[in-house]
Amino acid sequence: MDGVHDMGGMHGFGRVDPASDSPYHEQWEARVHAISTALAAPGGGRFALESLSPEVYLASSYYERWLQARINTLVAHGYITQQELDVTLDRYRQDPAARLPADDPARYETALAETGSRGQKDVESVDPVARFGTGDQVLVKTTHPKGHTRLPRYVRGKPGKVIRVYRAQGFQDGEPMSDHTGTQPMYAVWFDGLELWGDHAEANSSVVLDMWEAYLQ
Amino acid sequence: MIEDPGVLTKALEALLVEKGLITSERIDELVKSYEEDIGPLRGAQVVARAWSDADYRKRLLEDGRSAVAEFGYIDPHGAELVAVENTEQVHNMVVCTLCSCYPWSVLGLPPAWYKSFAYRSRAVSEPRSVLEEFGLRLPETTEIRVWDSNSDIRYMVLPQRPSGTESMEEKQLAELVTRDSMIGVATIESSNLESA
Repeated sequence: MDGVHDMGGMHGFGRVDPASDSPYHEQWEARVHAISTALAAPGGGRFALESLSPEVYLASSYYERWLQARINTLVAHGYITQQELDVTLDRYRQDPAARLPADDPARYETALAETGSRGQKDVESVDPVARFGTGDQVLVKTTHPKGHTRLPRYVRGKPGKVIRVYRAQGFQDGEPMSDHTGTQPMYAVWFDGLELWGDHAEANSSVVLDMWEAYLQ
Repeated sequence: MIEDPGVLTKALEALLVEKGLITSERIDELVKSYEEDIGPLRGAQVVARAWSDADYRKRLLEDGRSAVAEFGYIDPHGAELVAVENTEQVHNMVVCTLCSCYPWSVLGLPPAWYKSFAYRSRAVSEPRSVLEEFGLRLPETTEIRVWDSNSDIRYMVLPQRPSGTESMEEKQLAELVTRDSMIGVATIESSNLESA
């Protein structure tokens, strides 16, 4: 989807601050990270992040986005309800030092088995034959899918050159490219900065992106 | 944006534990592993070996995932790892414009600036300006090649070995290698040699 998360080439975000270095600022951020790793996001974690409204996305910190996106997708897919969360939140607001409930290992094992099977990707056993080889000139499709895509806007419709051919990779785009499930040939495609940025390109610069074959004409 | 994210996180964890969807034990384990086990020292060992052992360097550049697995460094999600080599002609740097993909099996967690909107938006279009903000100015004869990690293939940079290190052992070499040099926003200057 063409959301604000697709930031390559955008203006207005200012200078990079190399001093802003620490992976975490607060302890809760590490727990959000761990919760997100331990429990696969129904519907896709990346799509949940991208589906945050632009206002929320831009105004939130990195782990605030993760937290909100995870809650949204767990609610949307019926794992929890907003009401349950509100009730629990009230409890901890009144007593922030209250302990967490005890683990339920038996129930966890069952849930893990279920979410594991739900999260399995459709992977073909035979690698598809690659249409392109190293050195081939290619053209990226012009497309504006509404679902999840790994094809950034700034490269759509641009010519590039295949510099590496990888092992086939699971295709992760959602609607409307759902015809392309399973694995696909994957290429590292090199783009000249001049093709991407025209007369605003910096001298002698280039970008390499990974392209599933469906992204190429 | 969220009023009190710390309390909300605790409430979410509590609810998921009550439903048996996670255990706090598992969350504790993961938090500990991020904090203690994985860090850029891993990548530095890989780089130092590639500098010291031509066969290893070849294996690393051909199949990074297998080469780092020789150290026991394995991505739990099975992501590919590709090492890209800096030369006089090409300087590589890594970004994820769409999110925050990072070669964390060898570098640990990404620094905050790597996930910032400024880095994500500008690394692809203004890489020289971004590098200057890190104090690195490279000649126009060197191509700046930016790897925008949009898939499950993760990239690390194999920096150039600094001159004057010919007699150094692998272990000493690893101490010279910085995280930023493996993201490609720094080179390994001779100034590092004095502090090592």
